[in-house]
Amino acid sequence: MGELRLMKGNEVIAEAAIRCGCDGYFGYPITPQSEVMETLMARKPWEETGMVVVQAESEVAAINMVYGGAGCGKKVMTSSSSPGISLKQEGITYIAGAELPCLVVNVVRGGPGLGTIQPAQSDYFQAVKGGGHGDYKLIVLAPNSVQEMNDFVDLGFELAFKYLNPVMILSDGIIGQMMEKVELSDIKPRMTDEYIAKNHGSWATTGKPGSRNRNIITSLELDSAKQEKFNHKLQAKYAKIQEDEVRFDTYKAEDADYLIVAYGSSSRISKKAVELARAKGIKVGLIRPITLFPFPVKELNGFAKKVKGMLTVEMSAGQMIEDVKLAVECSIPVEHFGRYGGMIPSPDEIVAALEQKIIGG
Amino acid sequence: MKEEIIIAGFGGQGVLSLGKILAYSGIMQDQEVTWMPSYGPEMRGGTANVTVILSDDQISSPIINSYDTAIILNQQSLDKFEKHVKPGGTLLYDPNGIINPPTRKDINIFQIEGTEEAGKMGNAKIFNMIIMGAFLKIKPIVQLENVKKGLEKSIPERYHNLIPLNIEAIQRGMSAVKEVQKV
Repeated sequence: MGELRLMKGNEVIAEAAIRCGCDGYFGYPITPQSEVMETLMARKPWEETGMVVVQAESEVAAINMVYGGAGCGKKVMTSSSSPGISLKQEGITYIAGAELPCLVVNVVRGGPGLGTIQPAQSDYFQAVKGGGHGDYKLIVLAPNSVQEMNDFVDLGFELAFKYLNPVMILSDGIIGQMMEKVELSDIKPRMTDEYIAKNHGSWATTGKPGSRNRNIITSLELDSAKQEKFNHKLQAKYAKIQEDEVRFDTYKAEDADYLIVAYGSSSRISKKAVELARAKGIKVGLIRPITLFPFPVKELNGFAKKVKGMLTVEMSAGQMIEDVKLAVECSIPVEHFGRYGGMIPSPDEIVAALEQKIIGG
Repeated sequence: MKEEIIIAGFGGQGVLSLGKILAYSGIMQDQEVTWMPSYGPEMRGGTANVTVILSDDQISSPIINSYDTAIILNQQSLDKFEKHVKPGGTLLYDPNGIINPPTRKDINIFQIEGTEEAGKMGNAKIFNMIIMGAFLKIKPIVQLENVKKGLEKSIPERYHNLIPLNIEAIQRGMSAVKEVQKV
């Protein structure tokens, strides 16, 4: 068993990065995720593992440093909160277009614009549907505990390198600021130059030996026929990810008449709502998508044949509900309950919404 | 065992660290814990609160709107949270600066003269551990030995020489807490 600590979600992101052998973190402070870089600066991993930590001059600079590091075959990451992630979108689409691995953490706050510093889940569309321009997708992981903030750093890098694609951890101000018991991962050494040359030498710019052609890191292709072919390759990759990487969790869903669909911190609050509703004799369960892309389409479709209705609970005006409706092919009623702009739904409100919108409706 | 607690007072009173030490003590006793602060543009003298849950089982929501125990350290917090104590639950407060005391008839109410006791000990910083002692006297959900371990984990090593003083403050809080109303 690993070391047990009481830590904030944000602090754990930093600790997990060091422990999984991350080569570089590039960021710019913003509430509610500033503890990520604060913790890294206090831990001084450059003295321990050689990991680089840079407070860049802006979010745009930070994501482009990530682009550079990723191009060298290194394990690199950045983190920010909503307005900062918007600034990084150009870099993210370039990284997706250049087929490079990296980890981006979004500790979401309420918007639009500068919005509020309080928690929200209103960046779902941005994370799942693109955010930047072009036909690309991120693999999106949605932790709902401090433990998962730890676990998903390593998992995120694993998926990023497996598919040569940026991975986003879509968290929020609750998970970022909350402290829970966490079992820290064992320490993995950073990749050696030899390891990178051997394993990532087919794409990374590691210094060209005579035995191969130059590796070129670019997202530009002016020949449209070639660019279309490249897009086909990307789409095939996303289809494979959809096939192989869906992760989800259920709670009391087996015998349920109704299902709540919620991810991240909303799924924790909804779990309590399930307990309260069950105590009132309502047979309700919870399905929690852990990967938002790939979304658990088949699984939700399967549940749609067993339940009378679904309620999505999100700290947004209703974004994931669109994917739920598509997944169940509108075969059952699907309604949304949300608080947003930094407000957090209470378990009681969720039960009331379930009674009014789904059971009564 | 499951105890849902709100601790609320002024920024600078040690509200968040009291919650953190309590949560760490819970971990030392093999409990599941969550610690959810109100965060925001808050500062010394403003209000601060933290929700701490200790449980033998996995904790669902870290966000709750009714509490087994409210630990209240200023008037604003009393006004805000008295109504959110579960019927039959517990309210512990420091009467220092309280003009309108609690009025609920369906909850247990206790007083701890934390500010005064800290003054007697000649150390204002020890205030939150006096409050901790009062709470543990009413709700002995973690053993003192695990609180000591929790202190060791949450206080930087260079301040470990202050742990005996903290324990002394906890014991002082345990003996100074007064029952106001029992239901």
